[in-house]
Amino acid sequence: MHDAPPSRKVPFLNDPANRSIIYQTGVLLMVGVLSYYLISNTLANLDRQNIATGLGFLQKEASFEIGESPIRYSAADTYARALAVGVLNTLIVSFIGIALTVILGTLIGVARLSGNWLVSRIAAIYIEVFQDIPVLLQLFFWYAFFYEALPGPRQAVNPLSGVFLSNRGLVFAIPVYHPAYAGMGLALLIGGVAVLLLKRWAHKRQDRTGQTFPVLPVCLAVVAGLPVLTWWLAGAPTQMNVPVLKGFNFQGGLNISPEFSALLLGLVLYTAAFVAEVVRAGIQSVSRGQTEAAMAIGLKPGQILNLVILPQALRVIIPPLTSQMLNLTKNSSLAVAIGYPDFVSVAGTTINQTGQAIEGVALIMIVYLCFSLATSAFMNWYNKKMALVER
Amino acid sequence: MQTVAPQSASTQLKPPVTSVGVIGWVKSNLFNGWFNSLLTLVCGYLIFRTVPPFFKWAVVDSLWFSTSEACRNADGACWSIIPANIRFITFGFFPSEQQWRPLLAMVILVVLLFYSQNRKRWRKSLAYIWALALVAMGLLMKGGLFGLPAVDSAQWGGLPLTLLLSVFGLTAAYPLGVVLALGRQSRMPAVKSLCVVYIELIRGVPLISLLFMSSVVFPLFLPEGVTVNNILRAQVAIILFTAAYIAEVVRGGLQGMSKGQYEAAESLGLNYYQTMRLIILPQALKIVIPPTVSILISAFKDTSLVVIIALFDLLKTTQSVLSDPQWRGFSNEAYIFIALIYFACCFFMSNYSRRLERELDTKY
Repeated sequence: MHDAPPSRKVPFLNDPANRSIIYQTGVLLMVGVLSYYLISNTLANLDRQNIATGLGFLQKEASFEIGESPIRYSAADTYARALAVGVLNTLIVSFIGIALTVILGTLIGVARLSGNWLVSRIAAIYIEVFQDIPVLLQLFFWYAFFYEALPGPRQAVNPLSGVFLSNRGLVFAIPVYHPAYAGMGLALLIGGVAVLLLKRWAHKRQDRTGQTFPVLPVCLAVVAGLPVLTWWLAGAPTQMNVPVLKGFNFQGGLNISPEFSALLLGLVLYTAAFVAEVVRAGIQSVSRGQTEAAMAIGLKPGQILNLVILPQALRVIIPPLTSQMLNLTKNSSLAVAIGYPDFVSVAGTTINQTGQAIEGVALIMIVYLCFSLATSAFMNWYNKKMALVER
Repeated sequence: MQTVAPQSASTQLKPPVTSVGVIGWVKSNLFNGWFNSLLTLVCGYLIFRTVPPFFKWAVVDSLWFSTSEACRNADGACWSIIPANIRFITFGFFPSEQQWRPLLAMVILVVLLFYSQNRKRWRKSLAYIWALALVAMGLLMKGGLFGLPAVDSAQWGGLPLTLLLSVFGLTAAYPLGVVLALGRQSRMPAVKSLCVVYIELIRGVPLISLLFMSSVVFPLFLPEGVTVNNILRAQVAIILFTAAYIAEVVRGGLQGMSKGQYEAAESLGLNYYQTMRLIILPQALKIVIPPTVSILISAFKDTSLVVIIALFDLLKTTQSVLSDPQWRGFSNEAYIFIALIYFACCFFMSNYSRRLERELDTKY
C-alpha cells in the first residue's frame, strides 16, 4: 500500500466498542438459549406430570398441622396461612437469636481481650471449638441432648419455683393476662419516646450552654418508672399462670419446645463465636493512643468507652456483624433438620404435598432474599449514621 | 509497680519475689485488681464443677469396646458405639470387601494435602499432580476400569463422600468464582449485571434452598428420560453456592490492585487475558488467600447440609447408626466423635491459613 490514507480506520473487529457489543450479544445469546432450553424442558415435564403452574395452590386447604405457631392456625387453613406461620417462626427465631448472639458475642469478644489469662484462654477455646464444628451437627447435638439427657415431664428439673425443664421443653409461669399489662406496654413506648426527646434536648442544651444533664439516671428512671407506675395504678395484679403436671405433660404457663430451644441454642452458640472475633478485631482496631488521649483530656472511663472507643470500633464492627446476622438468619433454615416449623420446613411440606416444586423453592428464595435485603438496608442506614463525619 | 530510687550502681536491688516467676505471673495475669481476681475465682469454680465430672464421664467411667447392653448399665460414656460401627460410619454402604478403595483415596488426599502445605512446592507440576490425583480418586471410588468392580454412586457414603463433595466442590468452585469476579469487574454492562445478579442472588439465599432446588426442581429442567444422580446434583449446588462467595473474596483482591498495575500492563501492550493471567490475578489471588481459606472451611462444614436431602455423608451415616435400636440413646458420644473429625480438619485449615497470612504479610 503505497498510498495509505493518513487516518487509517481501525478494523471492525479490533474496535473495543464493537468487540464489547459482540461479546455481550454472545453471552446474552448463550444465557437466552440455555434458559429457553431449561424452560421448555420444564414446561414439557410439568405438562407430562399434570402439574399446574402458578400460585393457585396457596388458596387450597393445607391439611397439615404445625407444631408451634404464633398466630392461630389449624390444618383446615390455607397453604398461604401455613407459609405465613413459617415466615413468622423464622422471624421469631432470627430476632431472638440475633439479639442473644450480639450480647453473647460481645461478651466473649471482650473476654478474649481480657487481661485475665484464664478468661482470655477460655474465650479463645470457645471461639475455636464452636467455629470449627458444623452448625447442623451442633443443632443435632443439642436436640439429642434435650431428648436424651433431660428427664421426662414427671421428673422434670425444677431449678426455680414455676420453672420446669424436661424433654418436652422449658415451661415457666407467666402472668395471667390483665389490662394493666397493655397499659404497661404503652407506658414503655411513651417512656422510650420521652427518653429520645430528652436526649436530644440535653444534647442541644449542652451545645448551647455547656451545662451537662444527668441523662442516664433520668432515662432509666423514666423507662423503668412509667410502666411500674402504670402497674401500680392499675391495681398491681400479681396472679400468675403456673404450669402444673397433668397426665403426661404440663398444662398452663409458657412452653418453649425442645426444637425451638435446640435451634436457638445451636444458632446462638455457633454465631456468637464469629461475632466474638468480629468484636475483638473492632476493639483492637482502635489504637491505644485514643484511650490515652481521652484520659489526658479528663474523660471518665464510661465516657471514654462511649464517646471515643465505641464510635470508632463500631465503624469496623458493623459491616462484618451484618453479614453474621444474615448468616444466622440463613442458618435458621436448618430448622427443617430438627423439625422446628420454620419457613423452609413448611415450604418443604407444601412441596411434598402439592408437587409445586418450582413455586415452593422460588418462594423460599424470595423470602430469604427479602430478609437479606431488609437487614442489609437497615444496617447500611445504621452504618451511614455511624460513619466517619469529616469536619 | 513500685518505684525504687537507684541507690548506687553496686547495690542493685533484685525485684521482689512476688513480681517474678510463677507467683509474679499469677499475680499479674490472674489477680491484678479485685475484678480480675473475682473473675478468676468464678472461672476456676466453673472449671472445677464441669471439667472433672466430664473427665469422669468421658474417660474414667467410659466403655470403649463393649456391647451396647454393657453400656446401658454403665455410668460413663459409651465410646463402644464408635468401634462397633466404625466401618459404616466411615464408608456408609460401600461394599465392605471394596472399602480399601475409598480408604486409599483418602490417604492419597491427605498425603497430597500435607505435601502441598509447603509454599516452596507450589509449582506448575503440583497442579498436574493434583489433577492426576483427583482423577485417580474418582476412579478408585467409581471403579469399572483396571479390573476394579464398579460401585454405584448410590452406595457412596460416609467420610469419603464428605471429602469428595468438599474437594471436588472447591476445585470446581474456585475457577468459576474467579470468572464471576472478573465478570463483575467487567466494563460490559450485560456481563456485569448478569454476574452481579447471580452473586447477590446466591449469597442472599440459604444453601438449603439450592440443595432443595437440586433435589426437586433440577430433575424438571432435564429432558425426558435423562437423569442425573443425586450426588452430582448436590455437588453442582455446592459448587454454584461456593463460587458466589469465592467471587466476592476475589473481587476484594481485584479492588486491592492499584490502577498502576493495569496501566503498566496496558503500556506493555498486553491484551486483557494476558493482563489478567500474568499481572493482575497472580497478585490479587495471593492477597486473598487467607479469606479464601475461610471460605473453604465454611464450604467444608456446609457439606454436612446434604443430610437434609438424604445423602449418606458422615453425619447421616452416624445418624442411621443412632436410629438402630441397639445403639439408640448414645448420640452424645457419636456426635462428639464426628465433631472431633470436623474440628480436626477445620482447625488444621484455619491454623494453616493463619500461618500463610504471616508468611505472605510482606509489609511493603
